Amino acid sequence: MGALHLKVNGDELDVAAPSHWTLLEVLRYRLGLTGSKQGCDKGDCGACTVLLDGKPVLSCLTLAAMIEHRAVTTIEGLMPAHIANGGTGADPIQDCFDRCGALQCGFCQSGMMLSARALLDRVEQPTPEQVREALSGNLCRCTGYTQIFQAIELALADRAGTKPAPRAWEAPRDTEAAPRQA
Amino acid sequence: MLRLPRFEVATPKTVGEAIARLAEAGPSAMVIAGGTDLLPNLKHELFTPELVVSLSAIEALRGVRVEDDGTLAIGAMTTLAEVAASELVQKHAPVLAQAASLVAGPQLRTMGTLGGNVLLDTRCQWYNQTYFWREALGFCMKKDGTKCHVVEGGKKCVAAASNDSAPALMTLGSLLEFEGPSGRRTQAIDDFWLADGIYNKKVAHAELLTEIRIPPTGPGHRGAYGKLRERGSIDFPLLGVAARVDVVAERITRADVVVTALAAQPKRIARVADVLVGVAARGEELDRAIEAVAASAAKQCNPLANIPGDHEWRKAMVPVFVRRTLRAAVDGNGPVHGD
Ligand SMILES: Cc1cc2nc3c(=O)[nH]c(=O)nc-3n(C[C@H](O)[C@H](O)[C@H](O)COP(=O)(O)OP(=O)(O)OC[C@H]3O[C@@H](n4cnc5c(N)ncnc54)[C@H](O)[C@@H]3O)c2cc1C
Ligand code: SF4
Ligand code: FES
Ligand code: FES
Repeated sequence: MGALHLKVNGDELDVAAPSHWTLLEVLRYRLGLTGSKQGCDKGDCGACTVLLDGKPVLSCLTLAAMIEHRAVTTIEGLMPAHIANGGTGADPIQDCFDRCGALQCGFCQSGMMLSARALLDRVEQPTPEQVREALSGNLCRCTGYTQIFQAIELALADRAGTKPAPRAWEAPRDTEAAPRQA
Repeated sequence: MLRLPRFEVATPKTVGEAIARLAEAGPSAMVIAGGTDLLPNLKHELFTPELVVSLSAIEALRGVRVEDDGTLAIGAMTTLAEVAASELVQKHAPVLAQAASLVAGPQLRTMGTLGGNVLLDTRCQWYNQTYFWREALGFCMKKDGTKCHVVEGGKKCVAAASNDSAPALMTLGSLLEFEGPSGRRTQAIDDFWLADGIYNKKVAHAELLTEIRIPPTGPGHRGAYGKLRERGSIDFPLLGVAARVDVVAERITRADVVVTALAAQPKRIARVADVLVGVAARGEELDRAIEAVAASAAKQCNPLANIPGDHEWRKAMVPVFVRRTLRAAVDGNGPVHGD
């Protein structure tokens, strides 16, 4: 068991862990960063998604020994990074997931938010297709995805300084209320 | 929770060093590229290496370039996401860019490499399972057992070649460059496969795939990839169809169709060029020719109950996907993606 030189959420760390451990195991069982979830543990679900040099990867299929010195971002790192960049409170993606209720059990949520964060860092105003594509490796068994896409839509609207399209149930009723033209 | 078996990890910086480590350690050492095939297999105890030699620090194995004669050379460690997004690949080998774009999901394409995809282990619903699961069934011939659950009394494993890049690279006449303890060799991908699901590739221990070379395709080249899968977002192919159609002066001058996810090796459909070459690239003559190829492919392909998905449905989808993918190749609007 040698020391691994890892860079997690901006911290340079020397971690003692067996060489056959995955990054997910090191995060959860050595560093106590349990925000990255252990779902299928074999690449199917995306619950273990973290950012490696800014790109979403699956930590359950990444050997910690193979990513020494590369920048790992976990869900625990999003809010501190946002504040370090001059923001206040949670990362806008986290905030919008909260405002839209984009979760039920929450198991998929950290992976979802990291995939979304990476997309928003890469593309200023992604299309709905790009959003779907970027989240296609993150499975959710609860929400049916609707609120998740709405949360990202809201984050994009906030960023552009516009209002997102109203939801079906919020649609103005005045078309119905308006007197019919003869 | 799926634990990995205990092993050491080496991260050499050069190809020579990697080959030396593998040769020295013998068969108990394995190569890891992106790890997206190897690590699930290790978690399922399908292999138990003592040493895993990572190629991730070997910069020389990455990147896409076009050589003076028009050959497209792709380093084995180039990721699938890079292959899919490469303008050079999109231009010279559209079928490969499309196939790479449909492998697994975004995270896995960021991690998985083209070399690892070419060398993907064959897949079977009785094999890609945990030790506990496999033991409960008395194992099978491919690993730890003696019988086959797909073909009763079968003497040969028929686990399915499931790598999306393989049929695409075959329609491009690709060459694989290997380097090993006894030097370098070039292998045509068409002759690379064995009809044995236990191990379907001609690679020796300690041999590394270094580069994938695609001969010049020329201005009339067109290609498309068609993929049937259960969930459009992440799954392995239930059927993969690569189509090539070169068109010069509005007539087809070269045509090829290769289908995968049937048995241990990808299958080239016979007599495609006989039917399509010389045909006008639009109109009724083309419609009839494509129909004839689709019908002939349906007769030539027999999906087995090796991978998930009803095999009769997969068979019924063969002519549908061959027709759609050929059409997409001619029209230049692939990929064809269905679930
Ligand atoms: C949920 C899920 C879905 C997937 N869906 C698909 C899919 O739809 N289509 C598909 O094709 N694949 C799919 N895959 C498999 C895999 O992600 C890809 O095939 C990927 O390209 C494998 O590349 P890798 O670099 O990760 O290979 P690795 O796992 O690192 O290696 C694969 C094999 O090749 C050997 N190897 C790798 N590189 C070299 C080299 N340069 N020289 C010598 N040996 C080498 C390894 O020893 C190993 O045996 C999926 C995987 C998962 C987990
Ligand atoms: S086809 Fe499947 S069940 Fe049969 S030997 Fe191969 S892996 Fe085992
Ligand atoms: S836990 Fe990693 S993909 Fe499911
Ligand atoms: S909220 Fe439960 S899995 Fe997504």
